[in-house]
Amino acid sequence: MTLTAASIEAGYGLSRERLLQIEYHLRLTRSLEERIVSLFRQSKVIGGIYRSLGQEGESVACATALDFAQGDIVSPLIRNMGSLLVAGARPVEILRQYMAKGNSLSRGRELNIHIKDFARGFMGPVSPLGAMIPVMAGVTLAGRMQGKNMVGMVHIGDGGASTGAFAEGPNFATVMKLPLVIVLENNGYAYSTPTVKQTLATRLADRALGVGATGETVDGNDVLATYAAAKRAVDRARGGGGVTLLEVVTFRMKGHAEHDNQSYVPKELIEEWKQKDPVDRYERAILESGVATADDLASIQASVKHELDEAVDEAERSLAPIAEDAARGVYHGDGFWDEPR
Amino acid sequence: MSRDSARRDSETIDMSENLIPKAGGDTFYIDAIRQAMREEMLVDPRVFLIGEDVGAFGGAFKTSSGLIDEFGPGRVIDTPISEVAITGAACGAALMGMRPIAEMQFINFITVTFDMLSSFAATSRYRGNGGCPIVVRGPAGGGVRGGPFHSGNPEAYFFNIPGLKIVYPGTAYDAKGLLKAAIRDEDPVLFLEHKFLYRRVKEDLPADDFVVPIGKAKVRREGRDLTIITYGAMIYLAEEAAEELAKDGVSVEVLDMRSILPFDEETMLESVAKTNRAIVLYEAPLTGGVGAEFSARIAEKAFDWLDAPIKRVASLDTPTPYAPQLEDFHRPSKAKLIAAAKELLRY
Repeated sequence: MTLTAASIEAGYGLSRERLLQIEYHLRLTRSLEERIVSLFRQSKVIGGIYRSLGQEGESVACATALDFAQGDIVSPLIRNMGSLLVAGARPVEILRQYMAKGNSLSRGRELNIHIKDFARGFMGPVSPLGAMIPVMAGVTLAGRMQGKNMVGMVHIGDGGASTGAFAEGPNFATVMKLPLVIVLENNGYAYSTPTVKQTLATRLADRALGVGATGETVDGNDVLATYAAAKRAVDRARGGGGVTLLEVVTFRMKGHAEHDNQSYVPKELIEEWKQKDPVDRYERAILESGVATADDLASIQASVKHELDEAVDEAERSLAPIAEDAARGVYHGDGFWDEPR
Repeated sequence: MSRDSARRDSETIDMSENLIPKAGGDTFYIDAIRQAMREEMLVDPRVFLIGEDVGAFGGAFKTSSGLIDEFGPGRVIDTPISEVAITGAACGAALMGMRPIAEMQFINFITVTFDMLSSFAATSRYRGNGGCPIVVRGPAGGGVRGGPFHSGNPEAYFFNIPGLKIVYPGTAYDAKGLLKAAIRDEDPVLFLEHKFLYRRVKEDLPADDFVVPIGKAKVRREGRDLTIITYGAMIYLAEEAAEELAKDGVSVEVLDMRSILPFDEETMLESVAKTNRAIVLYEAPLTGGVGAEFSARIAEKAFDWLDAPIKRVASLDTPTPYAPQLEDFHRPSKAKLIAAAKELLRY
């Protein structure tokens, strides 16, 4: 079937404006990560870089299905920078994190995308995997107690799904009938370990069956299909239908972090997934459907470049933290977090 | 002595009913805990209780008995057997502005959720994620023939985690006052309640609202010759030993730390400066216990005041055994405490 702007609007409920916004967030995510790599090579980024190249589609698509105006909150992991940008995190805020600046949201205490702002709808994750599922269960439990109509979305990977917290969290949230969407990114590898060494389940969404949640699998590199599946899950959660485990099938096109040359991944597999790049596919879809012209895409890329030029300048001008502040802000009462950044 | 002749019948352990001062009064330690939860839930709609069997059954020890009738299942929440999810959900709710109380059915099971408390709750404020004001409470302590998994004193595992607070009350008054302080605190607090004391200590409590500030020790008995620094149920053992030593003319000061993190270094050092001898008494295993830090602090900051080395009396470095003969040998006893005191006084 040939897609048209009208058929997309009818089928997905996405207007041209929102479709272009998705394109903007996809390009912003990919380009921001490229800037971070370049800053890393200049030794201006000092911590690890965990790329989402090739899986930006699912982060952007899933977060786009949330309604941040209703108080929805997304809890990303390291390969979900796109979710943060959709929620409204500014590129300069992410750059300051990577560059360990004193005026970063964590004031130099935390790395990369570990930042939180509930007013905008994003949660800062911790590195032990699985932990954020119970925490987001609590966020949505509190939302319900407070009479809010909010939905929580929490990301986990094929590796993270092997943890104990993944056994407890989805079960707890399902039993409590909480409005939570668990996005399980099956990207083929957890560090160097292929999914077949994490689990012999062939369809990870089946893990929903064991706890009585709804499970669904979607091609995570098909942005529109992923949006539609995420929207179904979000609507189900908001409507009282409980937890969905949404498996998004995608592929990690880079190593675990920048130091990792991915030698353990068969070259043909990388080639195969290069053909399925989510950004390329999405751009083809909006061009062929007449939603956007080549000029529209060029103009979005130009504005992303301009925005990132400014963000990098602003981040580079930011100051390092004051060493002695390392001792402050552990407990309430010393005033550290009340001071302006 | 043959191993056969070393076998003994069970003896009454030192920390038994007849050793605990009958303070009289009408509120048991366990009821003080329930009162604190109930009163805070009445005045603050953000407060709720979550844990295994806390609702319909009222808790394994009946600590929350009746609360579900008063506040409903929306605020007294029964959960699956999932300590990670219980504490994790408490953390998430706290970030949303709630004041959760998470119950561990036995405090030993808190180890299941060590990551949630150490990685998430304790670091939340420091990472810029905002304060995580949760209370995690549960029955701790031995002397109840609970064996390896129902007798734990886990304070030392958490003592090395900046961002947490830890309290361990020994009286009904302190249990109520510290729990209220913990619920109102802006940071995560581990509230260790000694199960041996639940229905063994009671006292009259003020009718009006009160709190016991976190971080303040209390001198339970004034003395001149020696200070026993302790907390939790061990305060009663210290007082028994002090009584006995008094018969020999030895004047023992008993200092109840009440709060372990942060701890009241000032009162501890003042007491040592006065008595010049210190025993640190704690129920957890000796090595790496909280008492090791107390001792180090005294050595660093009050060395000039000391007339003798610092002594520690604690449990053996073994898991807690089940048989009464074994558990009594494992635990601190009045005899061990008095022997340590006499050694210091002879020094």
